[in-house]
Amino acid sequence: MIDKKHIGYEFHPVTVPVEEGRLRFLAKALGETRKIYTDTDAANAAGMPGLLAPPTFPFMLEIDALDLVDFVELLGEKLGKLLHGEENFVYHAPIYAGDKITVCKKITDIIDKKGGTLQFVISHTDFINQRGKKVAETHTNYVFRH
Amino acid sequence: MTLPTFDSLKIGDEIPALTTPPVSRHALALYCGASGDHNPIHVDLDYARSSGLDDVIAHGMLSAGYLGRMLANWVPQSAIRSMNNRFTAMTHIGDSVTCTGKVVKKFKEGNEKLIRVELQANTPKAQTIIAEAVIALE
Repeated sequence: MIDKKHIGYEFHPVTVPVEEGRLRFLAKALGETRKIYTDTDAANAAGMPGLLAPPTFPFMLEIDALDLVDFVELLGEKLGKLLHGEENFVYHAPIYAGDKITVCKKITDIIDKKGGTLQFVISHTDFINQRGKKVAETHTNYVFRH
Repeated sequence: MTLPTFDSLKIGDEIPALTTPPVSRHALALYCGASGDHNPIHVDLDYARSSGLDDVIAHGMLSAGYLGRMLANWVPQSAIRSMNNRFTAMTHIGDSVTCTGKVVKKFKEGNEKLIRVELQANTPKAQTIIAEAVIALE
């Protein structure tokens, strides 16, 4: 069982550079072929400072900033017991290649379900760009099977 | 393609659907590397079996990424205000993923004209994501 003392735990903020090659690789993995996601010149021509990061990209910054293994170990759990319950995004501004995003993650709740055979660990993460603008937030529900 | 507008959309209108090819081990390897989600349960058969599964399973966020692709192909990505994804079943090797969505609400908040859309990702066997998004339109 995951100790509820972790509720309120704030991870050290980590700043992650958004790399162009990473975004192109991600576009390939998602089957995204439109040029604002794959071609810098086309993104610039569309008025963007660099390739546009796709809607689910904040999730990737979240795991870049905090390796899942380290997260699970903090909770005293094993990766094989983890399922992804929910990933909820709020968008305030776009993320582009060349940005530097600071990821601030906090565990906001730990909930027992089905007599403790399942536990939900809920986190909230803020994503802040190099100009101090909050660009996105995520609410994540991690499910652990016991 | 003309962009949908607040006035032209009606409750029940459907978003152009998206269906992927069957999910392959190669697709999961690409997503593992590109996303940074290196959980071996998605790419290492031995690890998946030792975790009580018959085979590797797809990343839930891969299908959420397909939902995001469908949305951003329908409206400018900058119009998307939020997207909530609840993972309800596993996606297995060989499953194609079909993303669909429809308008369920039109409303105004401050100066913005907003719509709420309900989204789903389905494999031939199961509904794998129930999602919703809020989109601002002209």
